[in-house]
Amino acid sequence: MTPLSSTTFSTTLKEGLNAGWPICLGYLPIGMAFGVLAQKAGLTPLQIGLMSIMVFAGSSQFIAVSMLAGGASAPAIITTTFVVNLRHVLMSSALAVYLRAAHRGLLAIYAYGVTDESFAVNLPRFNTRTWSLPRALVVNHAANLTWFISTVAGGIGGRFIPEGALGIDYALIAMFICLLIYQIRKLIHLLTAVIAGVTAVGLALVIPGNTYIVIASIAAATVGVIIQRKVMRRNPDNG
Amino acid sequence: MADYVLLLLGMGLVTYLPRWLPLHYLSRRSLPEWFIQWLELIPAAILSALLLPALILDGDPKYLDLLRPEFWVALPTFAFAWWTRSLGGTVVLGMLLFWLVGKVDPQWFAWMG
Repeated sequence: MTPLSSTTFSTTLKEGLNAGWPICLGYLPIGMAFGVLAQKAGLTPLQIGLMSIMVFAGSSQFIAVSMLAGGASAPAIITTTFVVNLRHVLMSSALAVYLRAAHRGLLAIYAYGVTDESFAVNLPRFNTRTWSLPRALVVNHAANLTWFISTVAGGIGGRFIPEGALGIDYALIAMFICLLIYQIRKLIHLLTAVIAGVTAVGLALVIPGNTYIVIASIAAATVGVIIQRKVMRRNPDNG
Repeated sequence: MADYVLLLLGMGLVTYLPRWLPLHYLSRRSLPEWFIQWLELIPAAILSALLLPALILDGDPKYLDLLRPEFWVALPTFAFAWWTRSLGGTVVLGMLLFWLVGKVDPQWFAWMG
């Protein structure tokens, strides 16, 4: 990484924000919705802001808040958070390919901001060699700052938003719908999603609590890998 | 509050480590192929396992209900996400449709018998 003078710093900032603004726009309603739901679950704006800084992971924050509201224990919430965020292992692994020469300390800071969204914005740019770690850091931290501000704002303003206002209760479902669509890139993803969804519904009908999410996800991904490897062995050209 | 900060420390740690460890160590070691394939399917699996029960199950203990507005609003929301690939747009449209459905008074359809 080249050292940053003040002119290259402003270029880096501009290019990073240029790439990252769609994430910030997407985070505004979701962050506000999270703040409102967290406030309804009994969290103060300070507690909401602390979670957005210390965890910074959209979907697991939503899940944690609904689990808190349902009276779940801390170990149960932490275990669920771990399983939900385990997917970042793959994203960081894919990113590591382009960051071999990078400073270890900067990597440790960069790791903090690896989310589904920043991964989707940064990886294709690293891939075409048009990107640098400082620009990627701008993307990550602009997203983090927007997330922090919008979640706290939702937590403060949420008190004045009446029940069901503007369909805000649907924000989480709509976000998951779009993130699921992002994940369906091949037939095997669709198949895995269908297996996971049907298994989750079946399990949720017979076992209480949230464990159905983890069991159904692990089962579906395992079945998916077995099918994928069987098909690949039969038709090695089809990948 | 102390309990809450401990919870956040735990959540933060289990979120940060999967983000950091591969970046730090992957230059020296790589994951087995089957594990990479498995991890690649995990996001689709988790999101679907979260989503489908939220759309078609209700109550506690849960029961199947295909008439929930959550489910019917999801259909155009899925189509919009598929065509536009816009996260912000999908969230806004989903919220708008869900809000509009909430405004519909069942009385309006009384004439249908």
